[in-house]
Amino acid sequence: MEVVFYIAAIVAIISTVLAITRLNAVHALLYLIVSLLSVAIVFFVIGAPFMAALEVIIYAGAIMVLFVFVVMMLNLGKKATDMEKQWQRGGMWVGPSILAAVLIAEVAYLVSSPATAVYGSTVIEPKQVGIVLFGPYLIGVELASMLLLGALVGAYHLGRRTPEKTEK
Amino acid sequence: MASVPMHQGLLLAGILFSLGLVGLLVRRNVIFMLMSLEIMLNAAGLAFVVAGARWGQADGQIVFLFILTMAAAEVSVGLALVLQIYRRFKTLDSDAVSEMRG
Repeated sequence: MEVVFYIAAIVAIISTVLAITRLNAVHALLYLIVSLLSVAIVFFVIGAPFMAALEVIIYAGAIMVLFVFVVMMLNLGKKATDMEKQWQRGGMWVGPSILAAVLIAEVAYLVSSPATAVYGSTVIEPKQVGIVLFGPYLIGVELASMLLLGALVGAYHLGRRTPEKTEK
Repeated sequence: MASVPMHQGLLLAGILFSLGLVGLLVRRNVIFMLMSLEIMLNAAGLAFVVAGARWGQADGQIVFLFILTMAAAEVSVGLALVLQIYRRFKTLDSDAVSEMRG
């Protein structure tokens, strides 16, 4: 499985370099999603399938959707339609699609090969992770819940539209 | 079977972290700076998972879970701040927000 790891690593580096050099936020987000997906494949190969699933669901799913929402909210107004025209004209989707196709081929290869060959000798099952998470690290889970509650309240307070009179 | 050696994974994490750091230092758009922060947090989590896989312990993955939680909390507050900055300054340039001195 070393070959899969190296290909995924190369895809991750290429897509990250492209993500931090794009001028357009949406294009950068596309490459960033590909980078996170390739890191998920790296997790899968080194024997952490649960973390691979969480990487796809939370990072590439939830957090990137937050970014997309904010980028879309900021582009309201007259410039938005011009930008939309510009984005749809070029073939910017080709680059991320090629990189994502490489990752899909890797996943197909991993799924089709027998299970004993996919994982290394030390695969850590989600059950093991859960036992440790709610055992010695229980206080960490509680602190994480407090952190998320604080982030929820903070994001609500900051994102609230203040009345025009008090706006300085 | 020959699994992936640890230093290769750590090397990948280091490269990704450096790329995120370069992006954070080079870009002046607040959204791109937040994205670079995400890259750096992801690379740090990758390093933890690689080290946990090396020793066959679940602790590395637990720390990655906590990093994931922290990244989600950080990005929600950060994006709310981005919205406020855009509302007040009508720009996303981080240099425009430098008037808050001490």
